[in-house]
Amino acid sequence: MFEFFRETYYVMWGDLMFMKHTALNILISSVMSPLLYLLAFGYGLGMGLEVDGLPYIAFIIPGIAALTSLSASFSYVSGRLNVQRLYYRSLDEMLMCPISTSAVVLGKSFHGVIRGLISSSIIFAIGLAMVPEHLHFTPLYVICIVTSCFVFSLLGVTSSLLAKSHQSIATFNNLVILPMTFLCGTFFPVDVLPPVFQAMLYSLPLTHSSVAVRASSLEWDFPWASLFILFCFCVAFFAINVYLIKKKKV
Amino acid sequence: MVLLEDIIVVKGLVKKFGKEVAVDGLDLTVKKGEIFGFLGPNGAGKTTAVRVISGLTSFSEGEVSVGGYDILKNPKEAKRLMGVVQQHISLDKDLTVRENMMHRAMTHKMPAGERKERIDELAGYIGLEEYLDRTIDSLSGGWKKRAAIVSSLLHRPTVLFLDEPTVGLDIQARRLIWSLIRKLNGEGTTVFLTSHYIEEVEALCDMVGIIHKGKLIAKGSPADLCRRIGSIAAEYLDPDRMMRYRYFSSKEDAEGFASSLGGGHKVLIRDTTLEDCFVELVGEKLGGE
Repeated sequence: MFEFFRETYYVMWGDLMFMKHTALNILISSVMSPLLYLLAFGYGLGMGLEVDGLPYIAFIIPGIAALTSLSASFSYVSGRLNVQRLYYRSLDEMLMCPISTSAVVLGKSFHGVIRGLISSSIIFAIGLAMVPEHLHFTPLYVICIVTSCFVFSLLGVTSSLLAKSHQSIATFNNLVILPMTFLCGTFFPVDVLPPVFQAMLYSLPLTHSSVAVRASSLEWDFPWASLFILFCFCVAFFAINVYLIKKKKV
Repeated sequence: MVLLEDIIVVKGLVKKFGKEVAVDGLDLTVKKGEIFGFLGPNGAGKTTAVRVISGLTSFSEGEVSVGGYDILKNPKEAKRLMGVVQQHISLDKDLTVRENMMHRAMTHKMPAGERKERIDELAGYIGLEEYLDRTIDSLSGGWKKRAAIVSSLLHRPTVLFLDEPTVGLDIQARRLIWSLIRKLNGEGTTVFLTSHYIEEVEALCDMVGIIHKGKLIAKGSPADLCRRIGSIAAEYLDPDRMMRYRYFSSKEDAEGFASSLGGGHKVLIRDTTLEDCFVELVGEKLGGE
């Protein structure tokens, strides 16, 4: 087990160095889009609105934290790994090393998790400062946001392993990530939609992430089923990635 | 020291990309301590074979083992013995040379205490010291290649795969790489080299395999291969001013042939080269020229 974690660290080391080189860039770009969402939807559209008896801004901040776990983790991993696989070919070097496939998958997803956590933590900290009477930093919130970052990092690994070109990632973004961004409970409760749409949206991981992150930070009844489903997504994406590398389909 | 143990064994290797067969029933053995040259025209299957043997690409049929470890059943053990320099530069271009080398040392599980010293030693040997803290992207092609080669040597591999290692390098860099290959081989490293440069293979290799359309069509020492077609070449212009080549087992036979052509022909009699052998066996020049 110790050997596995050591291998994982070795795999992620190169990406940690890259993060070190680009720290300022990461910090600035991490908060840009969530802050825009917060300004546009929280203050612009949502001023004076209430959802389930809460000010809209308190409702939307956990949703934006969940959304940020998606956008930061996914885009960082998929972008960088895609470049490493198709353009630098440095993923080849990794695959020729005596490192287990599971460690490669986990190591490659870890830096996305870190990036996702940095971005969502900044947004959540802003939220805590704005509506301290409604938002709470709880252990369950930490578990939910970390799990969420893992799910979307591992999805980023999957999409870049399957990508035939950089354009494939852009297409995946437009067809999967963008609809999730607007529909999966970040800006409004999914339960207000007709049952058929609810069923469709509950098949996507961001819906469960939004529901779980919101409940854990607003101290609502916690949806354990959503957290369990997030774990299942994690396991599924991890298994797919291991399969793709082991069968040398990358 | 001559060691005759088979360190790379490939049996009946088939690699298909869809319906296209890239490697077609390749059988090959490389002995420990050899420098093995793998020659073939463009698209012959050299790079695919290297990628399969080094465990990077799956294969359709056959068996591959390195150092006695089956690449499918014991990939970690086999990969631990290998160093691979790919044809393209496959370093992380956002990182510095030192970071790339450190990362490689880590993923090949070199002990932490040895990494820095080994990086400095290899960088010093190949003249990379002043470039160690520059990003790969900021280096010229030749320096990138040197960085790629020394990165693959960090963990002291038993078998080193070099896929076109000197393409794009100037003559100085090429000679430096050649002497590095000889030095490594002298220390016991088996080298598996693919190259477009026949003179490189002639200068370095103990054994040569010629691959054509995915099949190994000849294997032997450069001298053996030359003897196979005739170790003396007669080179002459035919009446249509086309260069012709004939091969003979002795100089006397070649001179006899030259006399039989009559006084109007200028015939150059010389030793057969590996290039003659390659063209004769493959039926085309390297690089499809």
